[in-house]
Amino acid sequence: MEMLSGGDMLVRSLQDQGVEYVFGYPGGSALHIYDAIFRNKAVKHILVRHEQAATHAADGYARVTGRAGVVLVTSGPGATNAITGIATAYMDSIPMVVISGQVPSDKIGEDAFQETDMVGVSRPIVKHSFLVKNAADIPDIVKKAFYIAETGRPGPVVIDIPKDVTSPAETFPYEYPKKVKIRSYFPAEKGHSGQIKKAVQLLLEARRPVIYSGGGVVLGEASKQLTELAHKLNYPVTNTLMGLGGFPGTDKQCLGMLGMHGTFEANTAMHHADVILAVGARFDDRVTNTPSKFCPGAKIIHIDIDPASISKTIPADIPIVGSVQSVLNEMLELLAQTKEAPDEKALADWWQQIEDWRNRHGLYTKNRFEQSGQIKPQEVIQALHEVTGGDAIITSDVGQHQMFTAQYYHFNRPRQWVNSGGLGTMGFGLPAAMGAQFAERDQQVVCVTGEGSIQMCIQELSTCTQYHLPIKIICLNNQALGMVRQWQDLHYDGRYSESLYEESLPDFKKLMEAYGHVGITVTERSELKEKLEECFAMKDRVVFMDIYVDQSEHVYPMQVAPNGAMRDMWLSKTERT
Amino acid sequence: MSEKQSKRIISLLMENAPGALSRVVGLFSQRGYNIETLNVAPTDDASLSRLTLTTIGSEHNIEQITKNLNKLIDVVKLVDLTEGSHIERELMLVKVKATGALREEVKRCVDIFRGQIVDVTSTVYTIQIVGASDKLDAFVQAVSDAQILEVVRSGVSGIARGEKVLSL
Repeated sequence: MEMLSGGDMLVRSLQDQGVEYVFGYPGGSALHIYDAIFRNKAVKHILVRHEQAATHAADGYARVTGRAGVVLVTSGPGATNAITGIATAYMDSIPMVVISGQVPSDKIGEDAFQETDMVGVSRPIVKHSFLVKNAADIPDIVKKAFYIAETGRPGPVVIDIPKDVTSPAETFPYEYPKKVKIRSYFPAEKGHSGQIKKAVQLLLEARRPVIYSGGGVVLGEASKQLTELAHKLNYPVTNTLMGLGGFPGTDKQCLGMLGMHGTFEANTAMHHADVILAVGARFDDRVTNTPSKFCPGAKIIHIDIDPASISKTIPADIPIVGSVQSVLNEMLELLAQTKEAPDEKALADWWQQIEDWRNRHGLYTKNRFEQSGQIKPQEVIQALHEVTGGDAIITSDVGQHQMFTAQYYHFNRPRQWVNSGGLGTMGFGLPAAMGAQFAERDQQVVCVTGEGSIQMCIQELSTCTQYHLPIKIICLNNQALGMVRQWQDLHYDGRYSESLYEESLPDFKKLMEAYGHVGITVTERSELKEKLEECFAMKDRVVFMDIYVDQSEHVYPMQVAPNGAMRDMWLSKTERT
Repeated sequence: MSEKQSKRIISLLMENAPGALSRVVGLFSQRGYNIETLNVAPTDDASLSRLTLTTIGSEHNIEQITKNLNKLIDVVKLVDLTEGSHIERELMLVKVKATGALREEVKRCVDIFRGQIVDVTSTVYTIQIVGASDKLDAFVQAVSDAQILEVVRSGVSGIARGEKVLSL
């Protein structure tokens, strides 16, 4: 059997696991591993400029491919810098394996240089973690880490490795395990057939149904099944922020996003629904508004792979624990066999009602934002959709631009939309776009951001230079922390506490040039389309579009809170439902 | 939540490995649940520890607690003992000042509670009592005339009645 050191075993295990890229940053405790990386030709290491970006890049890669993203950092600050990215992945159930160097075993607990209890610090934000005690355990632990990260409800797994364990001084027989068994871990697969039957029955009896489709549909590769089910029944579908693309955004049955900034038609339909089919969604507080007022007349079918997500905030009438793909397949089979069909008249009336809502205040029947002299952020996303043919992979940061993108870039396929939904991490967009570009070298990758968010990981422009990643950055520059400012307008009488930059923003065009990229400034509506086209014509360059937009614009609709129901929304600064 | 609160005894088998206990305990603080008592020790299978905890919560809380505990990779098996008939025991050691007339009084009380005096000095009794938690509470109440110097309780340990077992 081949004899390898701990460091070499680790990297070989990654290779044998099929890992393409490792996003990382070297440092003292990880140097044996980095030496092994130097020797290995199969696993490509991507040197980022900050460990947070390594996790976001791995996360972006994972969201686009469905496979675990891999991160390698050193101990202490390397490990703690990775924490924000790990928490981001945890909240959105993204598979990720984070390998952190640790001080040598005999120094642990002695407050050694660059020592942090990584297993302890990361504990609440990982699916599982390992502290490696013996080098011989490395292949088995790596195999388990990927298995845990990628199966069931996915999530990040940390492997913390003390430096001595990776030392080249000792070698061990190496074999990568073919199979893995963990006696306490059996992710749900098939749903309960009896429950599925009941669910189908209830669905067929529905008179005002809504399908509420979440990130689990994307993660669980069930977009095809969900779309088929929705088409077969001709039921309306609303996507969550994480679920966008799980059901095609341009489909006539799509009501758009629901929740805090959901469309009028989606939120209103949810409120009046008699049956809600929730698929891979978790009734997040940004979706439900006030739980006690949530969809008063609805019976709820809830399919989720994670039993703890079911009846957590909203009680389910028919809970189904299982992989959404498997459960939907079973539902489709039952529907194929049955002679029953939904009440045609009731469904026609329901669609008529929905059409009525769409015409009244729908986001897509006409522009619901006021025109003004300045460019509106919504117009930028509409133009972006047009110029990219709606086909680009879009990442975003967090804030108003994220919501505008979710509302106006009609995502038609899963894994096309990459954003930090659960944790809401500013600084996510650019490094996530890097990971997405590594995953899909031939796809156009766009990062929609704001002048606030982009500055939280702007150092990664240098990584883009090193690896020739031709990402297009669309910056909706309103010279303020837009979402903070919006809340200050609505709840704090317009007292803009620390949400304005006071003329301190950098000249982004010059900054881009300093990194070897292209910067384009847009201030006039008349030049918006043309400049965007110019931007996307530069196929092999990073282009940063600094687009000045109306600072006073708010994101609407916006649910009324606290104490509002789904249907209670502000539709503009003056209009309320 | 205005739901009715009740005391539950949750008993679980977990990997006898470093970090396992902190994951269980961490889950409670992370999700805002309470631990009233906690008791953990290895079992006949050296690879497993048995952990028993008591917590107070609504039906909904308890459901979430057990679901989330089950999600921990280190938790192998779990049972809510309060769901069925079970035996609950806790061990308490109490050090009581016992002089003069109180000496006899305390002794009588220990007998009534079927406890044992496990250590004696001229002024102090150390008493051991085993039983359900409320019995231990009752004893502390009963000897409250005497000066209690120290109380140590093991936390609740429990097992299901009859054939039912928690094992692999």
